[in-house]
Amino acid sequence: MQDTKTTNILMAGVGGQGVILASEIVAEAMLRAGYDVKKSEVHGMAQRGGSVTSHLRFGTKVYSPIIPDGEVDILFSFELLETLRYVHMLGAHPLIIVNNQKILPPSVIMGKDHYPDNIPDLLSQYCARVHLVSALDIARSAGNPKALNVAFVGALSRHIDIPESIWHDAIAAALPPKIVDLNIKAFTLARQNQ
Amino acid sequence: MKVLLSGNEAIARGAYEAGVRVAAAYPGTPSTEILETIVQYKDINAEWSVNEKVALEVALGAAIAGVRAMACMKHVGVNVAADPLMTASYTGITAGLVIVTADDPDMHSSQNEQDNRHYARFAKVPMLEPADSQEAKDFVKLAFEISERFDTPVFIRTTTRISHAKSIVEFAEPEHRELPHTIKPQFEKYVMLPRNARLRHPQVEERLKKLAAFADEFDRNELILQETDIGIIASGTCYQYAREAFPTKSFLKIAMAYPLPIKKIKYFAGLVDRLYVFEELDPFYEEQIKAMGIAVTGKDVFPVCGEFSPITAQNGIVGSRTHKPDVPSLPALPPRPPNMCPGCPHRGVFYILKQMKVFVSGDIGCYTLGGLPPLNAMHTCICMGASVSGALGIDKALGPNGLGKAVAVIGDSTFLHSGITGLLDIAYNKGTCTVIILDNRTTAMTGRQEHPGTGFTLQGQPTKQLNLPSLCAALGIDHVRVVNPYNLAEVAAALREEIERPEPSVIISQAPCVLHRREYNPPGTPFTVNASACIGCMACLQLGCPALVWHPAEKSGTASINSALCTGCTLCAQICKKEAIQAEA
Ligand code: SF4
Ligand code: SF4
Repeated sequence: MQDTKTTNILMAGVGGQGVILASEIVAEAMLRAGYDVKKSEVHGMAQRGGSVTSHLRFGTKVYSPIIPDGEVDILFSFELLETLRYVHMLGAHPLIIVNNQKILPPSVIMGKDHYPDNIPDLLSQYCARVHLVSALDIARSAGNPKALNVAFVGALSRHIDIPESIWHDAIAAALPPKIVDLNIKAFTLARQNQ
Repeated sequence: MKVLLSGNEAIARGAYEAGVRVAAAYPGTPSTEILETIVQYKDINAEWSVNEKVALEVALGAAIAGVRAMACMKHVGVNVAADPLMTASYTGITAGLVIVTADDPDMHSSQNEQDNRHYARFAKVPMLEPADSQEAKDFVKLAFEISERFDTPVFIRTTTRISHAKSIVEFAEPEHRELPHTIKPQFEKYVMLPRNARLRHPQVEERLKKLAAFADEFDRNELILQETDIGIIASGTCYQYAREAFPTKSFLKIAMAYPLPIKKIKYFAGLVDRLYVFEELDPFYEEQIKAMGIAVTGKDVFPVCGEFSPITAQNGIVGSRTHKPDVPSLPALPPRPPNMCPGCPHRGVFYILKQMKVFVSGDIGCYTLGGLPPLNAMHTCICMGASVSGALGIDKALGPNGLGKAVAVIGDSTFLHSGITGLLDIAYNKGTCTVIILDNRTTAMTGRQEHPGTGFTLQGQPTKQLNLPSLCAALGIDHVRVVNPYNLAEVAAALREEIERPEPSVIISQAPCVLHRREYNPPGTPFTVNASACIGCMACLQLGCPALVWHPAEKSGTASINSALCTGCTLCAQICKKEAIQAEA
């Protein structure tokens, strides 16, 4: 149905985790690597602490800014439960990269709903390749838990075939100079991990 | 230079390249970033206007004075600006005037999903619809050319997936334009007395005919002739969806949503076997194409409500797609709705309103989330300002029986946008309403923009600051008081006293948004629950603060606080009867 060269990455997470910044970095890197790039997300009311997604697509020519259901190549999820929300969008040979972190939604906090158990096991029923990443630990060992999102991009970068220097440039372009070194450290730690 | 820009950023760049001098807007998702980006171009005199009507009038005034001007707003903002719009169509302009309307199909952050293409036809002005960020930039420049060539305001219409999608844009050099030194009256053109307006209206009709002829020559209304068994007419992001779903079929890509290129449509219809029109929301093109006597399929197979995707095109044209992940069913997933931030100054006010069991006439902002569980303390949300005038309607309907049963709740920015007139009406028409103004010193929902109450301009420069209590007093409200929303007892006492009073009153709940960089001083110490003192009554959880966590146990359970999220706002500690919640040692 579409240009086979388009790669679709669906980023998911919770408001405040830095999902949008992570998608900025990946989009910038793919632009610098010479691809056509589109990315899309929603702002405003939708961003107040609720579920956040960013659709990121690159290839020789990208038309739609959103990923059609059933065509996600990489589900890149910052939170365990959020990953489950989008498994129905996975394509034929998907990869799931999931940050090993639980953030309880309000109905669970209130004791009304149950946070699903064994999410990594559930995910492997949907997808043969599930990588669990402890991005928060990696960010901490790099020196600041706030570098979680960039560390997590490091884990993603292993699956995208572009030179490492491009990633560093994209990170430097997206962040204030003061925190670039720390974030590149977190990125590199996660990239070399596993 | 090639860069990744959102549609909004690209529109701002287009304005710069087109030599725009004046840009005005009121923040509204998904349009807000246009002005936030424009502010970097120092030649553009940009402002946050008090509302969209004002924004359009400022831009129109500038265009009459002879500089290119732009007004930007979300779709419902055009409702507010519709009054100047309809007559600006008659007067036309001296230099170009472009109005950006950012529609929000699927209502990601809106109260309705109206299709603003209707405004182009209603006002008889042309409308361009870009399909990606490059076009968003280019079309702004084209829109100014069309505006000046045809003496008309021109709409640019985006949707959320254009405004907030990023794609690659190539920059061009800005155009140099001479600035006017003076302004000369043109009585027949700009004074819409009946005698002049009667002269202008036929010119508007004449202009429409010329624009329709132009639409047929306009090469951005593009024919893409490939396989002709299926032909699809689409614009904006819908074109991208359909093109992705059917890369080998023929397309008529509409760049000018109004007026339509009739000859091109007829020509295209004659070339293809099956003709579809693929448009989000209303059958705006479909009805016009059918009126041309052309057989076309549209809303019979594509939905009217919500947002499209490439799948929508696929489903409507060839039926449901093949790939569905073949997987076991999922457990029920707890939803994750948006919520007010931990420490939000609004939370305590809604907590008290819920306890008082009053009907809350509500409004548009972060605080609309006060209507969600567990607070459930907002009972209407219609449009900017409707809380205040709506409360007067409730007051009139219930009469003396209604005393103490309803209040209005409105944010500071919303109040200045459209609440002032309602409050004046309450005072003038002897209402007895209590209006709560949640003054968090910013326009929070759209990402914290300045407004007249903050004392700063779009550029961050200090300016005359509105005094809210004096304004309310000047409107005729004798009982105006300011409360600290972090003191529940104070809020409750003020509310009880004011709603029982058979006279109008205003309570200003004043504390900055916790994300307000200039004004918010975090109390610092997060709070913690002493598990041995907690009796598991769940009272604190009724605040719905994201930092409070419940731990169920065999019989009851205990609460705890996520210290990474807690701002130390003290609300939960004020609620806990067992004094189990205290500041961390
Ligand atoms: S952004 Fe500000 S006003 Fe909005 S929910 Fe958060 S604290 Fe409250
Ligand atoms: S003090 Fe209580 S209500 Fe306030 S932020 Fe902390 S946990 Fe939430």
